[in-house]
Amino acid sequence: MEIIDILLAASFWEAAIRIATPLIFGVLGALVCERAGVLNLGIEGIFTAGAMAGWMAVWLGAGLWGGLLVAALAGGFFGLIHAILTVPLGLSQHVSGIGVTLLATSLSYFTYRTALPDVSSPPRITPFQPLDIPVLSDLPFIGQALFSQTAMTILAFVLVFVTGWVLYRTPLGLAIRAVGDNPSAVEAQGLSVYALRIGAVVVGSAMMALGGAFLTMSAFDAFFFGMINGRGWVCIALTVFASWRPGKALIGALLFGAFDAFQVRLQTEVGAFLPSQVFLMMPYILSIIALIVVARKADYPKALLVPWFKGQR
Amino acid sequence: MIRFEPRSNPGPFLTYGVPVIAAGIAILLAAIPLALANAPIIKAYGLMISGAFGSVFSISEMLTRATPLILTGLAAAIAFRAKLWNIGAEGQLYMGAMAAVAVGAGVIDGPSWVMIPVVMIAGALAGALMLIGPTLMKTRLGVDEVVTTLLLNFIVLLFVQMMLEGALKDPMSMGWPQSEPIIDSAVFPPLLERMRVHLGLVIALMCAIALAIFVKRTVWGFEIRAVGENAAAAKFSGISVTKTMILVAALSGGLAGLAGVSEVAGTRGYLATDLSPGYGYAGIVVAMLARLSPIGVIASALFVASVFVGADSMSRAIGVSSYLADLIVAMALLCVLIGGFLTRFKVHFERKSAG
Repeated sequence: MEIIDILLAASFWEAAIRIATPLIFGVLGALVCERAGVLNLGIEGIFTAGAMAGWMAVWLGAGLWGGLLVAALAGGFFGLIHAILTVPLGLSQHVSGIGVTLLATSLSYFTYRTALPDVSSPPRITPFQPLDIPVLSDLPFIGQALFSQTAMTILAFVLVFVTGWVLYRTPLGLAIRAVGDNPSAVEAQGLSVYALRIGAVVVGSAMMALGGAFLTMSAFDAFFFGMINGRGWVCIALTVFASWRPGKALIGALLFGAFDAFQVRLQTEVGAFLPSQVFLMMPYILSIIALIVVARKADYPKALLVPWFKGQR
Repeated sequence: MIRFEPRSNPGPFLTYGVPVIAAGIAILLAAIPLALANAPIIKAYGLMISGAFGSVFSISEMLTRATPLILTGLAAAIAFRAKLWNIGAEGQLYMGAMAAVAVGAGVIDGPSWVMIPVVMIAGALAGALMLIGPTLMKTRLGVDEVVTTLLLNFIVLLFVQMMLEGALKDPMSMGWPQSEPIIDSAVFPPLLERMRVHLGLVIALMCAIALAIFVKRTVWGFEIRAVGENAAAAKFSGISVTKTMILVAALSGGLAGLAGVSEVAGTRGYLATDLSPGYGYAGIVVAMLARLSPIGVIASALFVASVFVGADSMSRAIGVSSYLADLIVAMALLCVLIGGFLTRFKVHFERKSAG
């Protein structure tokens, strides 16, 4: 098969968008946190918590949208822990984030094991189904690539526009961006730096959790140990790649999804000559390359990682 | 209103007491998940204590677990001192283990006094190189080391898997992806007859003492602390930040690599992809509980190891998931972070006065 044929197939872009969807949620969540000045390394654990909580809520009968709500709440909860530790207490964002990842992951695994002590094959739920929108789903190419995905993918695309609109077109967004660049100036305006930062981290974490929930409620229909497999960390790299902009986040996630979908197809072509692990490494190597490409010109939010205390000038 | 006031001098009680209290609170908090799992709480705690300390065997098991944790704890402690955020100890551990197997599984042969240092040096070098790479990318290209070291953990594990199915595969393993065993003369001998605790523990303790002296008493140690406290000021006073960072990377990666050597040559005897149940990540908790003190790392590694061994044994007895151990360790990390805050600041609760 020719490379061009692969790239022009709607099924290829369908796969790319499916791979990109959880990353879109994750990168948007990470950039909302970081725009407010807080690096959230809890992301890997929050993905796990979202995947577990959303799946379990559906399994217990909450319905799919109820499950998403539960996942978002779980993400917000862990985000709140990270926010309290790093914003008013000003503790190391690196260490607190790793702590939240360890906590959220172990709590998810413990809860899953406690609820299902000895199941050999994980129980399955009925996940989100591919959409069949009149007209749109029948469009050539894009109908299959985008409008035949599940509702969660559409939600991710909508969230890109909502996040961009809030950040760049509303006073709230202006305040969030300012609090990540110059918190003292925000306080001088009579706004609460703590409230803005805590709020951004909680909301951002809820968005991350939706990325995790996509895996158990849309891409698959069950929860597995280790299923997040570094996707959260990939999002942190993509956030830098996207220069903390929602539109670029979408492009970055789609590019990543396209590369990943491409290497899977390449594997079926040349898989016999190379060990499968070489292909499995590609997403992580790609993330590092993406970081190297943008490193020199990366324009980090100026107050990222810098704690700020009330009354400080 | 709550007001925070910096403390000028925390004093010994806060410095040494807070981590102990934080660990204690994490243990007590475990009662909540135990209750939710419908487990007999008092009995569960009893089983955990006897599982970790109840017999010579259980103490030996606990010390066997503590050995890699001391080494990865030291790796995190020295890196975090210099604010080099090495979250890649897990990958460095596996690279060290793989290097140990590469030279220690029969390629070269010799007496123990040759082979044991050889596998240690090979493992430490591999671990060190594994961290020097991301560190150079940080100093030369400005690439954030947190993400690169994290992502390298996944890359290394896949690389190990690939090697175990290829060049390093044991032809006698009946298809299991594992390496050939370390030859007898490279095996770390056990410290007690019929027990698993091995030479690695002595090596880990010696590393902790050596590192403590290095950090406190040498110029390099001073430079590392200076760079960690204020890199700009250190640079201004003529310290080469890049050189210091690479030294720290070599030490930190090397120690994590040694943890891998110790697991392969002391505990397992061969390399497999389940060699480490997250020792690299747990090392971060160990280092933070020790407040980045090398000697403190010994104590906190013993604590974390006893939580793991105790919870494993409790889990086998009454069927509560052993993920409880990971939960306790994670809570201990968050508790000690908050505790660290309380040592640096006094908290005042004030009633808002009218007007």
